[in-house]
Amino acid sequence: MEYAQQLFGNFFGPEWGPVLYVVAKDVLLIFAIVLPLMLAVAYLTFAERKIIAFMQMRVGPNRVTFFGIPWLGGWAQPIADAVKAVMKEIIIPSGANKVLFVLAPVLTFAPALAAWAVVPFSPEVVLADINAGLLYILAMTSMGVYGVIIAGWASNSKYAFLGAMRSAAQVVSYELAMGFALVCVLMMSQSLNLGDIVKGQQGGSLLNWYVLPLFPMFLVYFISGVAETNRAPFDVAEGESEIVAGFHVEYSGMAFTVFFLAEYSNMILVATLATIIFLGGWLPPINIAPFTLIPGFIWLILKIGFLLFCFLWFRATFPRYRYDQIMRLGWKVFIPITLVWILVIGLVMQFPPSIRNAFPLNLWFH
Amino acid sequence: MSFPDIIFYFFSTVLVASALGVITARNPVHSALLLVLAFFTSAGLWLLLEAEFLAITLVLVYVGAVMVLFLFVVMMLDINLDYLREGFWKWFPFGAFLALVMATEMAAVLMGKQFGADQMPAPPARAADYSNTKELGRLIYTEYVYAFELAAVILLVAIVAAIALTLRQRIGTKSMDVAKQVAVKREDRIRMVSMPSEKKE
Repeated sequence: MEYAQQLFGNFFGPEWGPVLYVVAKDVLLIFAIVLPLMLAVAYLTFAERKIIAFMQMRVGPNRVTFFGIPWLGGWAQPIADAVKAVMKEIIIPSGANKVLFVLAPVLTFAPALAAWAVVPFSPEVVLADINAGLLYILAMTSMGVYGVIIAGWASNSKYAFLGAMRSAAQVVSYELAMGFALVCVLMMSQSLNLGDIVKGQQGGSLLNWYVLPLFPMFLVYFISGVAETNRAPFDVAEGESEIVAGFHVEYSGMAFTVFFLAEYSNMILVATLATIIFLGGWLPPINIAPFTLIPGFIWLILKIGFLLFCFLWFRATFPRYRYDQIMRLGWKVFIPITLVWILVIGLVMQFPPSIRNAFPLNLWFH
Repeated sequence: MSFPDIIFYFFSTVLVASALGVITARNPVHSALLLVLAFFTSAGLWLLLEAEFLAITLVLVYVGAVMVLFLFVVMMLDINLDYLREGFWKWFPFGAFLALVMATEMAAVLMGKQFGADQMPAPPARAADYSNTKELGRLIYTEYVYAFELAAVILLVAIVAAIALTLRQRIGTKSMDVAKQVAVKREDRIRMVSMPSEKKE
């Protein structure tokens, strides 16, 4: 590391060396996050098809293997799908707004990746350890809706436009509930930094995790997350039985795949955030020997994996919400619940220290 | 020129260009999207000034919510561009007058002796762990608490007004009462009829 720093200093001079060194280091780190993420997305699609298949008593993809090894049947499916998508032609419909049509998938994908900059993977491993990490993530995820809206409008298709309108209204509504749920978290942790939020949940066991005092907020956050990513049962933006495929009906080949990648990396992001904020991030469930031996990163992956399984489980289980039911759930159920819970947390924080430092409140209010 | 300077000029160029685009673009959707770009780049400029809370809130509130609704409305409009351009010369003197007033005001602020750059020394650089979110929160809830509450009440009035304006009783809507739907029992919908089996001819 220091050697590389010196090398940059010698090559570009004392003024530009350090700057370019930081840029080069960050670019490498970004690749270190994005490449595993893309691999995770690829295998999440495989997991989705397999898990839903088993829930519906089917086998799922089981043909494509690596090097013809039979027991790896299906494991090369995501690779084959990716190759197929890259080879296909991108068709731009006549009458479409060409620039915006091509820009839309990029605008969905970029915020989905940018949000990962502040996600801590273990106490020290984080790309940008900024103070306002939680706010930054909210801001970035709220940018993602532009890709959907622009895709729907630029396609010059009624189905795509209907999907875009539905998605815009839905995402804006659920963002409020999500924000309020996170306000409770930052009241308890007294910090917007994601690493500090996890550190606030330290203390011995899973009893210290924020999921216990904030259980309603956890549900609100996770369900809002499902709605924000336009996943079933909130997938009216796609609604293949009503509006064909919604906003991406005109997209093909790699342009469609970019939407697909963005949706799945957003799913992983929501699961990761729920893990970090409510389920103690990289902390083991009980702070004793066999659990503490497993590295924190593995715990993080396990928790994320469980929440992602829930995403797939929901999709296999629930019928799609009707549009007015979605709006009712967001505005008339979630927002009042979150407002009441903010009040409750605020009241508890004002309790005299003798009560606050007694069991069980001392687990969470430090 | 140092690295922050280059970033500053880059953001400023993009900001000015996109702001010009907002008023010159022929398509209102393009204008709205360029306005989004303008907001985003000005948030970048605020980040350079170490105002990270304001910068992120600008993106979160204006880009993430307000402009989405804006775009929502603009996309639904069926705009005839010729009609829009009809009154251009009629309204040009008025617009030019407004622009002149704004330019004069800006000149008075930027060139005046009281507000010039030399009157405002650069604030000292803060340490990396300095959180201006906390600082803002402290100020808002202590020193400026009345102003803050006043703003909150005004917003509340606006919410109530917006709902009151759109709330009207219409006859013939097919809206459903979810509580009633959930409370439905089997007996309300299904009538069991016992029928004797019929003989085949």
